[in-house]
Amino acid sequence: MTFDSGIRNPQSATRNLLEKPFRRRDLLGIRDLTAAEIIGILDTAENFSEISTREVKKVPALRGKTVINLFFEASTRTRTSFELAAKRLSADAVNISVSSSSVSKGETLLDTAMNLDAMAPDCIVVRHSSAGVPHQLAKVSKAAIVNAGDGANEHPTQALLDAMTIREHKKQIDGLEVAIVGDILHSRVARSNIHLLTKMGAKVRVAGPGTLVPEDFRHLVENGLEVCTHVEDAIEGADVVMILRIQRERQDAAYFPSLREYSIHYGLTNERLDLARKDAIVLHPGPMNRGIEIASEVADSSRSLILDQVKYGVAVRMAVLYLATGGATVNG
Amino acid sequence: MQLLISNGHLIDPAENQNSGKNLLIEDGKVAAWLGPNESVPDDAEVFDASGLIVAPGFIDMHVHLREPGQEHKETIASGCAAAVAGGWTSVCPMPNTNPINDNAAITRYMIEQAERAGLANVFPIGAITKSSDGAELAEMGEMKAAGAVAVSDDGRPVPNAGIMRRAMQYARDFDLPVIDHCEDKSLSSGGVMHEGRISLLLGLKGMPALAEDIDAVRDIILAKDTGAHIHIAHVSTMGAIEAVRRAKNEGINVTCEVTPHHFTLTDKAVEGYDTNTKMAPPLRSQEHLEAILAGIKDGTIDVIATDHAPHHADEKSLEYDRAPFGITGLETAVGLAFNELVHKGLIDLVRLVELCSTNPARIFKLTGRGSLTPGSVADVTIIDPDLVWTYKNSDSRSKSKNSPFDSRQFTGASVATIVGGRMVYRRQEKSILVDHPRTTPATIAGVVI
Repeated sequence: MTFDSGIRNPQSATRNLLEKPFRRRDLLGIRDLTAAEIIGILDTAENFSEISTREVKKVPALRGKTVINLFFEASTRTRTSFELAAKRLSADAVNISVSSSSVSKGETLLDTAMNLDAMAPDCIVVRHSSAGVPHQLAKVSKAAIVNAGDGANEHPTQALLDAMTIREHKKQIDGLEVAIVGDILHSRVARSNIHLLTKMGAKVRVAGPGTLVPEDFRHLVENGLEVCTHVEDAIEGADVVMILRIQRERQDAAYFPSLREYSIHYGLTNERLDLARKDAIVLHPGPMNRGIEIASEVADSSRSLILDQVKYGVAVRMAVLYLATGGATVNG
Repeated sequence: MQLLISNGHLIDPAENQNSGKNLLIEDGKVAAWLGPNESVPDDAEVFDASGLIVAPGFIDMHVHLREPGQEHKETIASGCAAAVAGGWTSVCPMPNTNPINDNAAITRYMIEQAERAGLANVFPIGAITKSSDGAELAEMGEMKAAGAVAVSDDGRPVPNAGIMRRAMQYARDFDLPVIDHCEDKSLSSGGVMHEGRISLLLGLKGMPALAEDIDAVRDIILAKDTGAHIHIAHVSTMGAIEAVRRAKNEGINVTCEVTPHHFTLTDKAVEGYDTNTKMAPPLRSQEHLEAILAGIKDGTIDVIATDHAPHHADEKSLEYDRAPFGITGLETAVGLAFNELVHKGLIDLVRLVELCSTNPARIFKLTGRGSLTPGSVADVTIIDPDLVWTYKNSDSRSKSKNSPFDSRQFTGASVATIVGGRMVYRRQEKSILVDHPRTTPATIAGVVI
């Protein structure tokens, strides 16, 4: 009996992940990956993306595998995306939302992880408001750990789905100019994207208020990253404009005087977007604050690929879960 | 009872002593230095220190012993056991106990607990302000009378310059050094590691070096104004070290200490999010580490102190953001000093003894300590510079195991610790490079492996 795993050529991707110096195939961040590994994941995701267009959106690739979505921080889109990805591959998916105050009940982070681990999941997808939690779990867990966003550190599947979106529209990432605008300091999306895009040969320019774009960011990666004082300098000539969400709660910390002033000086308007290349595309990790970091006419224009990002998110997470849980043996 | 430490190499910087001498101890005091050919009492116990360094007892100016109030982390007895195993004959606990050591009763209690343990000497540091709240001055005079040797609000540095000025004016009258953990929390609050490339890379909130620089400069200006003695605790930044260097040249009464972890590790150690790399001040970047090494070499830095800060494993098993600041340090300090300073040729053994004994005794005015001149207290640290050994958290005598140096190999160790003439610690491992026959001393007390 044969079945269609939805994979045309899984070997190229899995081989690279298998070469990682880990016991398991954790995905803790883009920073740890090589360009070849990134391409491998994107290729696998491309092969998987077709499944979501079928009448019956399910393949048995991960049948019998268990995926736990362990979310210490509220999330609708990312959690749904991971859940759908697991289910479309026939894995059993369990969602757990843990209040980060569980420690006050006497249980440490590692207690929580080890209790879940004792139930023998194949993969734990973790999101947490503190940077490094996936790395801490990976040290004690037998399951593969996939980072779904940790504090201001990384959000690797977001960067992968952004890359997939860019690849679909620009064919290749190498040589592109990408502007990332907004709260770089607190953004895990920005960090993962900076790592991914520069590893893949793009030139990245970041811009935003000086309070949210520290000068030291220049040294974050060895090549390909520039810090701009003015948003216009970052956007000028860009192939891709990536807008970050302004987290309103940061207002209390007074990183900038008002949302009004932010939208005037840093918001992506049609006028600012006109500085980019004519065929430039616009990405936003969502959820958007319309009229603040992005004008509605930009968000709703044909250049905005925000819904494509969400669509590719499922395919990227299918690929990541597949590779992380040893799905490579399905066809082998 | 007489104890003869024979054939050792005696280093006592206070006496310009740096050669082979036999040290005779009697009734808890140093009785005499004897040349190789001078006759020794027949009935003295003999400790053969051939190939070993004999130094005045090391004094750790900065520890946290957690008693009273947090005995699940450490007690005065367990902390003192770790101290003598690490070569420290005296330790000076910070006042951030529960309740805070801001009055003579707590100060006395700490000293009594140390006497019960019978291992290391404990010289408490009292609080600057009541409850270390930074508002009202604590009873410094009473604490001094009870045995306190300095005042500090350590981890909760006095934020208000006016109150700090008053504290210095008041402490000066009692001849008490004021120790400050320099950190302007308006700049560092919420931070968990050094602010720089690595904090940006790891997505952790940074504590900028200038938070330390600004507070150090403030304190130096206040010390100049008041004439008080300011001692900067665990100095970790280029800016603070430069400020101390300039102040010393100007004749201001300022001294400072450095921790072994700050002269060994950089913020790169935080990659991997091991909470045993989280402490305040944080591990700094390479340029700061180089400034620290330069400060140790040129004498700007006066003292090596551990900032031994035990925390229970459950507390350190939290998210990096939420885990408490601090690591243990009593048992790794001498090993780190050898690995990073002595064997790399940065300092010689005389300077090491100055940093760990002579200077701490001078700064805290510990009469009869920090030197082995005849008549002084027989606190002795005996060191094997060639001993190769591996530190294991699981072997630590501290109640807490939160050291980032687990499984690190060292060349150089304290091998015997004598407090008040009693041998309170003796290491089992023998140097694998030099084989010294040793006799077993009869006077062994306390925790001995």
